[in-house]
Amino acid sequence: MTAPLKDISPAERARSTSFYEASARTRLDLLLDAGSFVEFIGPEQREVSPHLKIFDLPEQFDDGIIVGHGRLDDSPVFVAAQEGRFMGGAFGEVHGAKLTGLLRAARQIGSIPVLILFDTGGVRLQEANAGELAIAEIMRALMEARSAGVKVIGLIGGRSGCYGGGGLIAGCCSALAVSEPGRIAVSGPEVIETNRGVEEFDSRDRALVWRTMGGKHRRLLGAADVFADDNVQDFREAALELLGLVGPFGLDRLRAEQRRLADRLRSFGDCGDAVDIWTAEGIAHAEAVPELPADQFIALANRIGRTSRDAR
Amino acid sequence: MEDLNFQHQVRARADGTRQRAIVGVVASGNLEVLVERSLPDAECVVDIKTAATGFGAVWSAVIGDFVERYSPGGLKFSINDGGARPDTVSLRLAQAVRLIAEAGQ
Amino acid sequence: MTLDDIIASLFPDGHEVRNDKGVILGSATLRSGGRMLVLGVADRTALGVDEAIRLSGHVLESIGRDSGPILVLVDSDSQRMSKRDELLGLNEFLAHLAKVLIHADMNGHPTVGLLYGHSAAGALLATGLATRVLVGLPGADPAVMDLPSMAKVTKLSMEALQEKAKSTPVFAPGLSNLAQMGAVHMTWSNARSLADQLEALLAGMPAVQDRRDALGKERGGRLKATEIAERVHDLALQAR
Repeated sequence: MTAPLKDISPAERARSTSFYEASARTRLDLLLDAGSFVEFIGPEQREVSPHLKIFDLPEQFDDGIIVGHGRLDDSPVFVAAQEGRFMGGAFGEVHGAKLTGLLRAARQIGSIPVLILFDTGGVRLQEANAGELAIAEIMRALMEARSAGVKVIGLIGGRSGCYGGGGLIAGCCSALAVSEPGRIAVSGPEVIETNRGVEEFDSRDRALVWRTMGGKHRRLLGAADVFADDNVQDFREAALELLGLVGPFGLDRLRAEQRRLADRLRSFGDCGDAVDIWTAEGIAHAEAVPELPADQFIALANRIGRTSRDAR
Repeated sequence: MEDLNFQHQVRARADGTRQRAIVGVVASGNLEVLVERSLPDAECVVDIKTAATGFGAVWSAVIGDFVERYSPGGLKFSINDGGARPDTVSLRLAQAVRLIAEAGQ
Repeated sequence: MTLDDIIASLFPDGHEVRNDKGVILGSATLRSGGRMLVLGVADRTALGVDEAIRLSGHVLESIGRDSGPILVLVDSDSQRMSKRDELLGLNEFLAHLAKVLIHADMNGHPTVGLLYGHSAAGALLATGLATRVLVGLPGADPAVMDLPSMAKVTKLSMEALQEKAKSTPVFAPGLSNLAQMGAVHMTWSNARSLADQLEALLAGMPAVQDRRDALGKERGGRLKATEIAERVHDLALQAR
């Protein structure tokens, strides 16, 4: 009673494909309108990292990020998708420059939004200085694009999460969608444990990692605006929803963000764990939040009402 | 890292009209295969950059089997390998040949 | 030079700059008579949510009320590594600080970073790397990641890393590496008045456009970045 593969619609295929498990190429293929994607500096150009040879490390032809143009519900979008399984999706010189160029073009055009599919551990250590600079340039280019009216939407739900400088770029986006497997933070769990000890943070306590940095907590905190179930169709719908809701950027947004973040510090600055924050936000049985299925969690999150779209 | 190169004469041209396709990811135990329709119909070339050194004979056998089975004439395969097992290599090569035969660009 | 020495040398005409537990806040009088907003991180303090919110608030209070350039003094650790800071969404606090500085720079408040001590990773991104011009003082030691941590993650020895660092400026810590990359625009001299050097910079600030990638190419530290960005940019303009 199963339909032959060719009878499954693109939406059904996207709904049944885990965003977390999919490669960056598959995510883009299923997220965008069928056949609409045109890649810029594709793998056949072989623009690999010039810095991995000295470490005797393998290269990837697209240096771990795919950038290009496509359509979402027939409207043009620019897209960038990081491959989290290549060097942890980390930013290197070429990898970062592809996103910088995309954002600078978006700024110049003004009317085409940018979707960034984050999947990154941050800076690529073997090219640390180039990677860090790339991130700084991306942040600058992103804010210049937003100041020119461009909407920049971040989608977070991959294996490497959105860590380090990637977390800072995400914090510059107009809005963010996150799934349960997605994580957003600056320092990774192992780094915190190495630097501050296991009492400060037990990196092997997966439940702790997810309560602290994971998609559900970020949604409830207002650090992400929409929660998506872990499939490409849900992320596609989240992107469309956010594109419809995001307003223009200006100084008032930064002032609103200052108030939003200061309020958060005042309200939750003494909380020891995410469960304390969720309880303080009025959620009964907060310890059950991690087990909630996506649809119930989304309803709960929308009831709590914490969104930061106009204040980021 | 080790560079390997294999050239084969094959009996038939590979199906399809697509000019290129790519499969896989460079990671531990995995590989990417970029395939380009850029050679004369009876030729097949495989260029490999691999993180696992000293397996030239294994690569030769795997590529030999693949070429014999699929006759990928006219195709150049460029591989970045993160130390994949032979069956994973065979899988990716087969995926690449199928992908470049699909309708589309 | 101590922080007090630096501030005195920068602003001989007067200043109200306080260092409150590592958070620098204040303003100063310029040689020209105008005012400059001053903020920053001192004493190799880690940049966490508590510090970042005060710094961004200081800039926002000034925008719209004052005019004039902004100075960001940097001697920080990395971002604060703690459960609490990540729990509270440190990435947003650091991004917000960077955004506020970038917005100020784009709207009539040119920003200058002055790296006089250490900084690393997320703290550097939110402060020095979010300014239009980043100046180094001799002895400053910025890093993206320290070599021992890099050795642990890459599973290479310190000696092996140091050997590789001789042939490329792309990963090892240090002011000269970051200058070669295009991150640090210039290094000032300890032997001359900092006020003189600041005045010369403010009189000749580069345009607001971010040219760090081109600078990295000119200096031989980043040969691919500007070319790749331009190619993607041109392809994107054609694609619509």
